[in-house]
Amino acid sequence: MSQTAVDHRKLREVALTSDEYMEIVSRLGREPNDVELGMVGVLWSEHCSYKSSKPLLRHLPTEGPRVLQGPGENAGAVDIGEGWAVVFKVESHNHPSAIEPYQGAATGVGGILRDVIAMGARPVALLDSLRFGPLPDSRHHFEGVVAGIGGYGNCVGVPTVGGEVYFDECYAGNPLVNAMCVGLVRTDQLKRARAGSAGNLLLLVGAQTGRDGIHGASFASLELDGATEERRPAVQVGNPFLEKCLLEACMELLDDPGVVAIQDLGAAGLTSSVAEVAAHSSAGARVDVARVARRELGMTAYEVMLSESQERMLIVVTPGSECRVADVFARWDLEASVIGEITADGQLVVVDALDEVARLPVKLLTAGAPVRTLYGRPPAEQSAIADLDQLIIEPPDLGAVLVRLMGSLNLGSRRPIFRRYDHMVGAATLVPPGADAAVLRVPGGRLGLAVTIDGNGRYCRLDPYAGGQIAVAEAARNLVATGARPVGVTDCLNFGNPERPEVYWQLQEVIDGISAACRAFGVPVVSGNVSLYNESEGRGAVDPTPVIGMVGLLADYDRRLDPGFKGDGDFALLVGETRNDLGGSEYLSVFHGDVGGRAPGIDLARERASQEFILAAAAAGLLRSAHDVAEGGMLVALAECCLLGGRGVHCGGLRPDEGVRLDAAFFGESQGRFVVSARPRLTPELQVLARRHHVELTLLGLTGGDAIQFDGQLRVGLAELRQVWENALLCT
Amino acid sequence: MKFGVVVFPGTWSDRDWGHVVKDVLGAELVYLWHKDRELYGVDCVVLPGGFSYGDYLRTGAIARFSPVMDSVASFAAQGGLVWGSCNGFQILCEAGLLPGALIRNQCLEFRCEWAHVRCDQPRTPYTWRLEREQVVRLPIAHGEGNYVADPETLQELERNGQVVFRYCDRHGRPTPEANPNGSMNNIAGIVNRRGNVLGMMPHPERCAEAELGGTDGLPLLRSVLGAATATLPPTPRSRLRGDPGR
Repeated sequence: MSQTAVDHRKLREVALTSDEYMEIVSRLGREPNDVELGMVGVLWSEHCSYKSSKPLLRHLPTEGPRVLQGPGENAGAVDIGEGWAVVFKVESHNHPSAIEPYQGAATGVGGILRDVIAMGARPVALLDSLRFGPLPDSRHHFEGVVAGIGGYGNCVGVPTVGGEVYFDECYAGNPLVNAMCVGLVRTDQLKRARAGSAGNLLLLVGAQTGRDGIHGASFASLELDGATEERRPAVQVGNPFLEKCLLEACMELLDDPGVVAIQDLGAAGLTSSVAEVAAHSSAGARVDVARVARRELGMTAYEVMLSESQERMLIVVTPGSECRVADVFARWDLEASVIGEITADGQLVVVDALDEVARLPVKLLTAGAPVRTLYGRPPAEQSAIADLDQLIIEPPDLGAVLVRLMGSLNLGSRRPIFRRYDHMVGAATLVPPGADAAVLRVPGGRLGLAVTIDGNGRYCRLDPYAGGQIAVAEAARNLVATGARPVGVTDCLNFGNPERPEVYWQLQEVIDGISAACRAFGVPVVSGNVSLYNESEGRGAVDPTPVIGMVGLLADYDRRLDPGFKGDGDFALLVGETRNDLGGSEYLSVFHGDVGGRAPGIDLARERASQEFILAAAAAGLLRSAHDVAEGGMLVALAECCLLGGRGVHCGGLRPDEGVRLDAAFFGESQGRFVVSARPRLTPELQVLARRHHVELTLLGLTGGDAIQFDGQLRVGLAELRQVWENALLCT
Repeated sequence: MKFGVVVFPGTWSDRDWGHVVKDVLGAELVYLWHKDRELYGVDCVVLPGGFSYGDYLRTGAIARFSPVMDSVASFAAQGGLVWGSCNGFQILCEAGLLPGALIRNQCLEFRCEWAHVRCDQPRTPYTWRLEREQVVRLPIAHGEGNYVADPETLQELERNGQVVFRYCDRHGRPTPEANPNGSMNNIAGIVNRRGNVLGMMPHPERCAEAELGGTDGLPLLRSVLGAATATLPPTPRSRLRGDPGR
């Protein structure tokens, strides 16, 4: 092998190792030129190639009778009947948001929208999962990200219907911003990335190409450090107005037989999207960068191929259709230029007018990245994370604990956030943000679509395997609480540097946990994203944070449920079994200042039984409300039912089962539980159903009044509770 | 009855209006493309919500120059019904079809929520199915809904009974707390002198079906539906009774 002349600075710029460089040289049989090196570097980045996580991701169940498209496409697709498919995906935009919160978050939303549009689907909902360091210190990140999500989503006219946000010290240097988009498409209009036959033309449409975002994908695959500030140019700037026009123009093309594929230009820009369409059809492609419309003078071929300018799409059309398709974009005042064609030789050839500037096998780009074999080892402190439950002293005033929890950052009302997002545009939002999951109606029938996004990094740090299972169980519970049956999952895995054995071990365990839970619930993972290297100087890695986006189905949306109590004199009941699950709880963190302990236990069979019971009861019309018991435990869930329903609840004294502490009964985070309400006359039927499902059903009390009361144990007025709850995010 | 819903680049309530016009009201619908001048004989032009031209420069500032707006202006001058909601209201103000302007919300944030508004002028083609001072609950979704006008204009609007909707609490009191954006006199919607051009920030098309959380938009939509066939109700002239708001 020849002596390579490449220097390390250049390799660092494209985030490749020397070994990877040698691999390129050996496969090409020559040294790559700069353009080629840049193209390979960006596609071999972790962000694009999943080279570290791929072996683990194979464990996820991705198939099912409803699955129309699993992972490997722009987004996953699931058949929901009546001729409709739901298309969805979640993606991270963590690093850009750390550097430039507004644009980082905004372009995160823009990118995930285009992934769904590329499948031929009209986006109908956006959701976001956010993690920040505690306020007020992280207010800069928090405000910028929330404004960016609203700024983009509101302008594009897609409702932001759900999401979650948590604050923890571990995210202070590296916030997490995961955006999820859900779209609807007629099953016969579903589009996929493919090239079709040689001679098909490549149309680049939408925004002009500039120098923004070069090396964005590589940047996303490095740890944040002092030099990161200098990478600010790697963050792109979003133009939601252009995206809206692009969306409408693409929707007009769905019935055009000349349109072979629509492909998003996201990470790695033109290089990635051309390689992807060619790879899906084992074809090649020839691109002329001189024909790419630019917004800057003097751009090199390298810059054009690697630019991550936003709001662009690649359309593959049959020869002869290009003018018709370009006319559609012209009507929307958008650029459309033929920049190349599909070839049969399996090579991606880049020319700049007459000069050939790159020639690479498509396979080398899309499937060539050497899979990294990393190895995992539990961190040293993992075994020391002990059962703290016995060390905690029960507080005398449980009412005061409730008030403190409801006013805490992680449990306070999210209304100050979601009222800044248009969540009603589209006239389909039946259950708006603020419930366990949002419910949307599907046009032309009675089908309801429930959507949620959820995750808990603290549980995963304490026990990544259980944490992975809980993330799935919790998301499923959110959907089930609206009466919807889960049909598909998209996941975003936010972890630290996988080259460190402790992080890799966490990744292994979490993925195994997610797989086990998805199998138990029969829900396939149809799309997802991995975000590694979420570390910052001096703070280390974030907690392992898998975020689960999940979509569920209601056969008749009139049977939908939400958490708020509906009338006075109903029975408030607890579904599921309560144990001493104080470890990792918000109660422990807020009241005792401790984030340790043992993660809550999870029994997938019991979890499933609880969920099936709720679904059966909802379908039979036996419930008036349902709410998932999550962070903060039963009492917080009950308080939310009261606040959202505008009425209190009066309960007798709570008598926990043998061996269960009183504070654990109120604030412990045992899994598989719901707070529901039902008319008293229907309760016997509910009890029969519960027995049939082997689920514990406990009567808590009667709805009504203006306080939450447990005789002899606590009484808190709703007005006081509402005050602290609604101001939790505003006052810090 | 034929509704013409104008589509500018960046408009997004057009589909919601289309759904309500066709599927809820059962009326005829035609979309009017911003580059065309033809109005296809519609009885009511709707300027829907959205971010026309990305709201660049100022909300509605570019949209008013669209070719379709020339036709809309002549249509309005002939007494045709022109109904702007949200971005549509902003465009009507920019186009000079309504007085005043809409600036950034006082809280400096976008607001999407339900708002109570009081109908202070039921004698318009849009509101004749409402009672005077009837309180309705309508969704708002905007970042620039803060209505401002010079004192003379404001006085004239009040004197002529051109203030159609005012933000209020659920008892109908136009308090500062009930004002979501800082609008002068709690103004949520106004008509022109003649009463045929209405601009309002709330979204009636989002509350025409119970499953979406409310149906208070229906009396407005049905007023217009009836207005085309019935004789137009008298234009507002009478002074408003009661508190003109602060």
